[in-house]
Amino acid sequence: MEKELLLQVKDLNIEFHDHLIPETVVYDFDLELREGEIVGLVGESGSGKSMSALAIAGLLSRRDMKKRGQILFEGRDLLSCERDVLRKIQGNEIGIIFQEPMTSLNPVRRIGWQVEEALRIHTDFSKEERYQRAIEMLQSVELEDAERIYRQYPHELSGGMRQRVMIAAAMICNPKILIADEPTTALDVTIQAQIVELLKKMNREKKTSILFISHDLSLVRQLCQRVMVMQGGYVVETGSVQEIFDVPKMEYTKKLIAAIPKVVRKSN
Amino acid sequence: MHDKKRKNYNLMVGGIITGLMLFFILVGIFYTPYDPNGMDATAKFAGISFKHPMGCDNFGRDVLSRVMKGAGTTLGVAAGTVFIGTFFGVIVGAVTGYFGGILDEILMRVNDAIFAFPSILLALVFISLLGSGTYQVVIALGIAFIPSFARIVRSEFIKYKNMDYIKNARLQGAWHLRIMFVHILPNTFTVLMSAIMIGFNNAVLAEAGMSFLGIGVQPPQASLGRMLSEAQSYLFRAPAYAIFPGVVIILMVLGFSLLGDALKREE
Repeated sequence: MEKELLLQVKDLNIEFHDHLIPETVVYDFDLELREGEIVGLVGESGSGKSMSALAIAGLLSRRDMKKRGQILFEGRDLLSCERDVLRKIQGNEIGIIFQEPMTSLNPVRRIGWQVEEALRIHTDFSKEERYQRAIEMLQSVELEDAERIYRQYPHELSGGMRQRVMIAAAMICNPKILIADEPTTALDVTIQAQIVELLKKMNREKKTSILFISHDLSLVRQLCQRVMVMQGGYVVETGSVQEIFDVPKMEYTKKLIAAIPKVVRKSN
Repeated sequence: MHDKKRKNYNLMVGGIITGLMLFFILVGIFYTPYDPNGMDATAKFAGISFKHPMGCDNFGRDVLSRVMKGAGTTLGVAAGTVFIGTFFGVIVGAVTGYFGGILDEILMRVNDAIFAFPSILLALVFISLLGSGTYQVVIALGIAFIPSFARIVRSEFIKYKNMDYIKNARLQGAWHLRIMFVHILPNTFTVLMSAIMIGFNNAVLAEAGMSFLGIGVQPPQASLGRMLSEAQSYLFRAPAYAIFPGVVIILMVLGFSLLGDALKREE
C-alpha cells in the first residue's frame, strides 16, 4: 500500500552568489519522503547533504536556490510560499536536530525553556500545559529525572543528554518530519546506538518521517528503509537499503560500503 | 585559583563602596542635617566641626547636606544617561548586528560620525540647541553615549547570530524580533553589564564636568560638579568645600569601576 507523500523535492539547485562566479553546491536534488518513512542521505563531507537538509528546513536564503526547484510539503511549495506560512511549518511540522549537541543549545537558557520554545511559538498553551508537555517529552527521550533536567542549564549535561534534549525540543510539536543532520557524529559509539534507537522509537510511536543524514553507513543500514547517496553535489544512487547494500551500482557507493569497518577475528 | 580570588576581591570592594554610596544618597533624599539650599551668614566658610562635619560654603550652606543631595542629582543624571545610551544603543546594535547589509552600513556610519566627536563636545552642541538644565544634560549625554553601546551590542550580535542554537531557534519558526531579544540578548548581558558600569563612570564624570563648566545642573540645585566649580574660587579659604565633593565623586567612580571590572572578568 502506498503511503501518503509528505515531502517532495524536485530539481533543487543550491548556488551561492557570494563571489563573482556563482558556486553551485547541490545539483538537481530530488527527494520523496512518505509518511512514517526513514530515508538516509549519505555521502562524504562536502557532498551537499547538509546543504540540502538546511534548504528543506528553510534556513538558506531563497536567492541561493534557482527558480525551477521546488520543495513541496503536503503540496505547498516552501520556496515560494509566504514567510509566515513557512514559519508556521518550521518547528511545528518540520523539526531538525544538528550534528553538534554542544553548541545547539543556548547556554543562558534553562533546558525546559528551550524544549518549550516551539510550543511558545506555535501554540497558545498555558504555562502549566507547556510544562506538562515538556516533562513528557523529556521522559519520552529517556532522560531520567526530567523535573531536575528541566531546571538545569546546558553546561550541566553531557553530550548524549544534550542530543536527547535536542530531540525532545525538535519533537515537542509532533512534527511530521524530523531532519537529523548527522545527529550521532559528535557522540561516542554506545551513545550513538542509543540515539539511533531513540529515533527509531520516535518513528514507530509517533509515525514521524525521518530524513537521516550521515556518513556512517552502518548506522544508516540499521535505521533507514531507503538510502540516497550523494557525491559532489549530485545524488548518484537511490534505492532501498537492501538494493544499495547488496547490489551497489555505482563505484562510489561500493567504496563507501567497503569503508565500513568490519570486525575480523584474527585466526592464529 | 589566584585570579579567582582577585576577582572576588574586586567585586566585594566595589560592591561595598557602591552600596555605601547608594545608602548615603538614599538617606539624602529623605533627610539632610540642614536645608541644602538654606543660607546661614554666620557660618560662612565655617571649617570642619561637629555642627558642620564638612564645613560650609561661601553662602554658609552646609556642605554635608549639599553633598548628600548633590550626589543624588549626579547619580540620577548618570543613571538617566546610561539608560538612554543603553536602550537606544541596544536597539541600534541589535538591528545592525543581526540584519547586516545596507541598513548596517548606514546606521554604523552615522554612529561613526557621532563617535568621532568627544562626547563632552557633542553634549555641548546639544546643550546649545536644547538649552541648559538637568534634563537637557541627561538627553545630551544620553545621545552622546549611544554609539559606544551600539558598537558593543553589534559586535556581540554578529558573534551570536550564526551560533547553532540561534539557527535552531530560526528553524523552530521564531520570528526575527523574538530571536534578537529573547534568544540573543541574554547572551550579551555579561558584556553589556560591564559596559553599563563603565558608562556609568563616564556619565558621572561627564555630568560633573558639564556642571563644572556651568552648563549642566543650574544653581541653586546641588550637584557634585557644580559644587566643585563653585569651590574653586575659595580653594584656600575653605579647602573642605572642594575636597568633600571631590572625594565623593572619586568614591562613586571607584566603586562602579571596580564592579564593572569584576563583572568583566566574570565573562
